[in-house]
Order: sequence, then C-alpha cells, then structure tokens
Amino acid sequence: MPESSERGALTEAVFYILLSLYSPMHGYRIMQNVREMSNERVNLGAGTLYGAINTLLEKNWIRSSEWEKDSRKKEYEITGLGKSIVQGELTRLEELIFNGKRIVEGC
Amino acid sequence: MKHIVRKAYCDYEKEEKWLNEMSAMGLALTDYSWCRYVFEETPNNKYIYRIELLKNLPTHPESMAYIKFLEESGVECVATYMCWLYLRKKSSEGAFDIYSDMESKLKHLKRINAYWSTLMWAELLTGISNIVIGVENMVSDSRAGIFPINFYLGGLLLLVTILCFKLGSPVRKKINKLQQELIIRE
Repeated sequence: MPESSERGALTEAVFYILLSLYSPMHGYRIMQNVREMSNERVNLGAGTLYGAINTLLEKNWIRSSEWEKDSRKKEYEITGLGKSIVQGELTRLEELIFNGKRIVEGC
Repeated sequence: MKHIVRKAYCDYEKEEKWLNEMSAMGLALTDYSWCRYVFEETPNNKYIYRIELLKNLPTHPESMAYIKFLEESGVECVATYMCWLYLRKKSSEGAFDIYSDMESKLKHLKRINAYWSTLMWAELLTGISNIVIGVENMVSDSRAGIFPINFYLGGLLLLVTILCFKLGSPVRKKINKLQQELIIRE
C-alpha cells in the first residue's frame, strides 16, 4: 500500500500532461495539446511543464523517447505505471462528481 | 537601430513590467549586462518578456538542458546575468508565463527569497566582522585621528543588509499568500 502522500489528487497540469502522453509527443506539443483539450483554459508554462516532466520521469510515470536518439527534440510517452495512476485518478474524480451531483442537484 | 539604457532594478517584477512596457512601445530587449539594457526597434508589442531566476548558473548542464527545452517551446533566451534569465516569446503566440500553477510559482519565489537571504546574511556577517575589527583597532591603537575605516565599512554593510531584507519583503509576502491559498486549492 503506498504512503498516504502517494494517493493524493494529481495536479491539473500533471493530469493533462499524462493524458497527452497516451501518444508520444515533445514538450511544445504537450503545451498545445493541453490548451486545445481544455478549450484554452489550461495554459501550461514552460517552466511548470519542465519541472513536471522531470518529476514524472523520475517516478517512471512517463519515459522519454529512446527510439529517436538523433531527433533534435525529445519526445515523451506515458508508461504502464502512469496509465494506472490516471485510472486511479479517474475513479477518484468520478467519486467527487458523483457525490457532488448527488448533494447539489439532490438526485 | 540599437538603444542602450542604463538603469538599475532590484525588484525583478518591476523590471519585468518595465521591459514589457518598452516592448509595447516597440523597443525589444536583446541584451543585458549589469545595469545596461540593449534594445532594438521592433513593431509595438512584438514580444512578451519574463525574468526567471535559475538554481544554477546558465552554463551548468542542468540549466543548459532547461534553456534548450524553453527554446524548443518557442521561448527565446535573450540574455543571462548570473543566475537570472531574460526570456521572451512572440506575443502573437498567446499568453506567456513560465510558471502556470501555484506550486511551481511558489518554488520560483522561494528560490528568489533564498537569493535575497543569502545576500542579506553575507552582508550582515561581513558588516559585523568589520565593525568588530574597527572597534578593536580603535581600542588597541591609541594614535589620535586614525580613521576607523572598518567601522564605517561595517556600518555601510549593515545598511545594505537592511536593504536586502526590505527588497526580499514583497517576495516573502507573496510566498505567504500562495502558501495560504495552497491549503484550499491546487
């Protein structure tokens, strides 16, 4: 069982970065993709993205492209572990939405 | 045509604001060295400027990897000064912020706070030791009229210490505010 700090909510940035990386892409493309997915609401700063990518690589939730060694831009992709984290987060979000709607909308 | 402006800023946010005001008037920063800003003429508002403090010097491999990453994301590094980066992005490409969430903003502010604190402690320690040396010299040297240079230097350094403390104050206030906000939202 992971420590309690390992079970907390993902930040919005991390959640959207992980979703983006279901298909491999490089940093700039992640920023564009997140902006499109969120209808321009989430505008990732390059510094924020860079910090998040490094942490996610360290945690092995994503990996960087080894298949394109001579490519100028590094690409990233979600790992199996990363996918299970996203799955866990979806379950958590569904619980929030379920309880939120149940009480606010009274159904 | 190049324009050179000599100006001193201690508050990086005011400096950033000024650079963006200059850019709005069609003067885009192309280089910076100590208190010396070089501008080139561009169409009004061509670039948005941001200033960032790095953990390491720009020549450090970690910083170099970061700057490369920024450049791949359309952010141009126009100048570096010690650990400070002067960055810009074309305003046609939309809003430009280096840090977009509270946690990474907080981390950057803490780095800036550490920068001011280090300066403050360095000034304080050298200030106090100079005063001690000055007093010792005055006590041990009975020759009349000897100029207690260390004493005055120490006093000056203590004034700089207070200045560093004051300069760090807006950053500390922001850190507190963000930390409070982080308790209730991410």
